[in-house]
Amino acid sequence: MANHILTTTLDVKKIREDFPVLGRQVRPGVPLIYLDSTATSQKPTSVIETMDRFYRNSNANIHRGIHVLAEEATAAYEEAREKVRRFLNAPSSRQVIFTRNTTEAINLVAYSWGLSQLKSGDIVLLTEMEHHSNLVPWYLLAERLGLRLEYVSVSDEGLLDVADFERKLELKPKLFAFTHMSNVVGTINPAKEMIAKAHQVGAITLLDGAQSVPHFRVDVRDLDVDFLAFSGHKMCGPTGIGVLYGKKDLLEQMPPFLGGGDMIKRVTLGSFKPNELPYKFEAGTPAIAEAIGLGAAIDYLSRIGMDAIAQHEHALVSYALDRLAEIPNLRIFGPSADKKGGVVSFVMDGVHAHDIAQVLDQSGVAIRAGHHCAMPLHEKFQIPATARASFYLYNTFDEIDHLVNAIYRVKDLFGV
Amino acid sequence: MDDFYRELIIDRYKNPQFRGVLDPADISFEDDNPLCGDHIHIDLRVGEDGIVREARFDGKGCAISQASADLLMEKIIGMHLDEVKQISKQDILDMLGIELGPVRLKCALLSLKVLKAGVYGLGEATDDLVEDE
Repeated sequence: MANHILTTTLDVKKIREDFPVLGRQVRPGVPLIYLDSTATSQKPTSVIETMDRFYRNSNANIHRGIHVLAEEATAAYEEAREKVRRFLNAPSSRQVIFTRNTTEAINLVAYSWGLSQLKSGDIVLLTEMEHHSNLVPWYLLAERLGLRLEYVSVSDEGLLDVADFERKLELKPKLFAFTHMSNVVGTINPAKEMIAKAHQVGAITLLDGAQSVPHFRVDVRDLDVDFLAFSGHKMCGPTGIGVLYGKKDLLEQMPPFLGGGDMIKRVTLGSFKPNELPYKFEAGTPAIAEAIGLGAAIDYLSRIGMDAIAQHEHALVSYALDRLAEIPNLRIFGPSADKKGGVVSFVMDGVHAHDIAQVLDQSGVAIRAGHHCAMPLHEKFQIPATARASFYLYNTFDEIDHLVNAIYRVKDLFGV
Repeated sequence: MDDFYRELIIDRYKNPQFRGVLDPADISFEDDNPLCGDHIHIDLRVGEDGIVREARFDGKGCAISQASADLLMEKIIGMHLDEVKQISKQDILDMLGIELGPVRLKCALLSLKVLKAGVYGLGEATDDLVEDE
């Protein structure tokens, strides 16, 4: 084993105390080693307590009630929106739209912006490393409008092919929708440069930030991105809350997505006038407690510092790649540590990924196995499934050692 | 883990007895488990009397899905098609001899789902074919 400098600026021991679930045993005597934060992160006490406090003290519907609870609930919901704005360095909180998750945010863009702005023969440029959430909405729209979909190819190393990207831009796509960070191989795409190049050919850009916003600083003004979508539950927040950020002129020209209460200014029999941003896109009672919980998650992450979190995860993934490389018959996907976030996907000769995950679970090690909602990328690599370990601010070098030891147990059991 | 990956399952995964293709076959069917990308293809040869004479499966996937398919092929040879239709989720669990959570249950039951869809001559394999309740 090579010598590793195991350094991190985070006080991980203290951070772990903030996450109650990390203290549990999955079976008597078997502590939980949670390496599945790419699927969903665990939640700190501050988020759990904020939501609990809301339901105990301030629960009411927002925006119209004229009583103390309604005013408190409205203020807390809108304060959460402001926290998101600050976190993203967005110009205005009116550009922060609460959705259910990344998927719904992308669908909002597809159905509202896409249906009104795209027409038959227009090109939408995607990439081969997209999550299904940034593929299927465009398939549905392409079918409906007769769009042509093109894909930036991915190299064997798991990087977007820059030359192919530039060739595809010559086709003059109307939209370039791509992931900031691959949920399978962990590749962090050079979003700022790619957005600038896409803008040069007149394309609108949509960034899938599901894996980036939780893990490193994402500044929408610096990126100059037109749309950004992400989920709260992958960044220490609750499920059921996500965000769509958009440039104001685009959001203003877009028709409403879902119709109902809260998204209207005036309704008569037979007609309505849509509300202003962001309410135009928030039909019906939103996930109020969840939005407030997301605000608490942003407070938590900001207190620790996104740069420190990114540095910590980088140290973890570097260590994990080195340790996993020692294991014979293990094939690791994705680029080197300097080009990726805290995700490692691998396969083992002779053992299906699901069997790896099942045996690891016996040792308390929680990883993911499957195609991770990115079947085209797995087809590209010609494998049905991968095993994926992913890291967050609360993971330790020790846990990676446990992972490695558990993988050796898989090898023993299967005799490979 | 020894409970879960009984020797039988590892053994049948690594050394399947009924892996292969029958050409021609009287009944053929195949399907995928979208959760894990498991794929199972089944070929049967059936006598005039409705008795399964030969059975083979092919496919790829986890130890549970492949061992389950191999054991299922062994089980049905010599059975009447009407009996094959009666095989239940519990029969498969008894055959494997393990308890399974909801996710891995899909792996274990994929071969039965494919088998039943083929035997019933259905256009697609659906989960209600293998739900007991």
